[in-house]
Amino acid sequence: MSARATTSAFDEFDDVSLRLSTKLASFLRTLRDNGLAVGLAEGQDAAALMAAGYAARPPLLRSAFKHLFSARKSDWDKFDGLFDAFWLGKRVRARSGVTGSARAASNPSLKGLQDAQSERAGGHSATDEAPSSDDEPQERGGEGRMEGASRAENLAEVDFRKLADPEAIEQAHAAAARLAKAMRTRLTRRDLLRRRGERLDLRRTIHRNISHGGVPIALVKRRRKHKPLRLVILLDASGSMSMYTAVFLRFIHGVLDEFREAEAFLFHTRLAYVSDAMKEKDAARALDRLSIMAQGAGGGTKIGESLQTFNRWHAARVIHSRTCVMIVSDGYETGDADLLGREMAALAKRCRRIAWLNPMMAWDGYAPEAKGIKAALPFVDLYAPANTLSSLAALEPYLTRM
Amino acid sequence: MKSRDEIAQTLAACGYIADGELATALALMQMLRRPLLLEGEAGVGKTEVAKALACVHTAELIRLQCYEGLDQSAALYEWNYQRQLLAIEAHRGHADAIEDQIFSEKYLLERPLLAAIRRAQPPVLLIDEIDRADDEFEAFLLELLSDFQVSIPELGTINASTIPHVVLTSNGTRELSDALRRRCLYHYVDYPDVDREARIILAKVDGADASLALQIARMVESIRKEELRKMPGVAETLDWAAALVGLDVRDMHDAPDVVHETLMCLLKTHEDRARFKPEVTARLLGRVA
Repeated sequence: MSARATTSAFDEFDDVSLRLSTKLASFLRTLRDNGLAVGLAEGQDAAALMAAGYAARPPLLRSAFKHLFSARKSDWDKFDGLFDAFWLGKRVRARSGVTGSARAASNPSLKGLQDAQSERAGGHSATDEAPSSDDEPQERGGEGRMEGASRAENLAEVDFRKLADPEAIEQAHAAAARLAKAMRTRLTRRDLLRRRGERLDLRRTIHRNISHGGVPIALVKRRRKHKPLRLVILLDASGSMSMYTAVFLRFIHGVLDEFREAEAFLFHTRLAYVSDAMKEKDAARALDRLSIMAQGAGGGTKIGESLQTFNRWHAARVIHSRTCVMIVSDGYETGDADLLGREMAALAKRCRRIAWLNPMMAWDGYAPEAKGIKAALPFVDLYAPANTLSSLAALEPYLTRM
Repeated sequence: MKSRDEIAQTLAACGYIADGELATALALMQMLRRPLLLEGEAGVGKTEVAKALACVHTAELIRLQCYEGLDQSAALYEWNYQRQLLAIEAHRGHADAIEDQIFSEKYLLERPLLAAIRRAQPPVLLIDEIDRADDEFEAFLLELLSDFQVSIPELGTINASTIPHVVLTSNGTRELSDALRRRCLYHYVDYPDVDREARIILAKVDGADASLALQIARMVESIRKEELRKMPGVAETLDWAAALVGLDVRDMHDAPDVVHETLMCLLKTHEDRARFKPEVTARLLGRVA
């Protein structure tokens, strides 16, 4: 139907237009609830579209709204479902209504991970007499810490496996995401300041010196484009790491979102490339997708084989001269430890730094005696614990130096 | 202004085989005066959309290819320094006169963005692979796309004489800013389905007949379902179709060896090539009716 046809039927249309615009407003609300960024301008354009005759043809209206309201592929994929549910009263196939990251803890597919986490944490606190995160703040308060310190700060020193209640877990997750963001800001700013020129830019020099009659007095240097620091994270998602996987996933999500150059891989018995899954903006959804990938076959950890796969198929693409490879693993190799050693040597030749984060390192009485970690350690530049938020934060100075 | 159905017809007349939604997107662009952001895998024909749009509006296509380090002088305008210097040398001693003269239109070099807003007829402005440009450039572009005016310090503000049809493409190597995404209409370009791909082959490859085109399209579809590092795009399909036609293949089942050997047109990484053993090709071929 063309615009002209609707004009002739304008009186009828005017009757329903009020009801339509109310309905449109609540549709916009639904979209916002589902994580689409819909502004005022889009709402006005949508009203204009409906008035222009699109309202009479639902498939066309759906397609038009889809182009208008979507901003990325994830929006694009779920839009038809949302539209049909709202305007045509069909059931939505996909899970909808998940907004923000606050729900991450109660996310159905994440539940397995979380349950396992809190179960084990509970077990530990019974035997180790570790302070649960609930009485932690009071304890700190007694030591006369800074006034107004947030609960998140108190969380900084708590081992991730000892976080029990969903609220504390969620706070730790949010803190990990914030940390990643802050690291990005600082690292890139330093980059900008460090730029210095090497070669002469003749074109700009001439331009700058036109006021001197073309005599080149002030020289303009051309600076070499600085390669931004690239982070490649290999996360061990095997059973022995399950208490830590969730919070690291969140940290990685933050890092991938904020670093312009970062890639992430998961491994247990094999290696999976997960950067694409992580690029999902909505943290809850991204973690959801990842926790499915993270559920390994449960047959131990083959770090050596996973590294071999990485070296053979991915390293050439994802590693450049300013790359830091971060391996997060407890080093319990169930495969061939010699192979791990060989692959670590090959990896060390390629990248600038290898950091190995081992959450178990901070445990009392832990010594790197697992065969795997012994084979790998000679090639590692930084071997650090990463079991608390503050130890994650301590990585930043290390990254800055690169 | 063309209606959606008119646009769909003109697209077909231009030889572009579109899916139904694209015509809507192009109609909306015109109606709401918003740029169109196209995302999709490499090789699905994002750039072709801009060319088709230029054909629909019989407009000029101005293309700005983005790259890391792209700056205003390459995208917007630049002074013609050599000529300015010559002018200074030639008129030594008349400082005021020279200054007025050398900062005039005559010495201004138009780059794609400035060119796009100064045409008599609205052109199609294709900003290709915006994700490769830096964040700063993206912010600048956003400003230009909302105001359609450019200020040149030496010359003053230049207002757009026409508002171009703007198409942006992105391969997703970097996350674009929310502001830019919101400013644009969004269209995700997917790999074409079998029917559409077959029609594209028929339209673009001389000498391909309908049954072979359909076979090729089905084969490519099943290859895309394999776990590949690099999925073959439409351009690769066309290469492959041209290769098969050139080698006188009428029916793929008659020449499985040729089919396997010419897969190099589709599989562009060592890893993928190594995965595709003759048995895999035979298995996929078996499924293609």
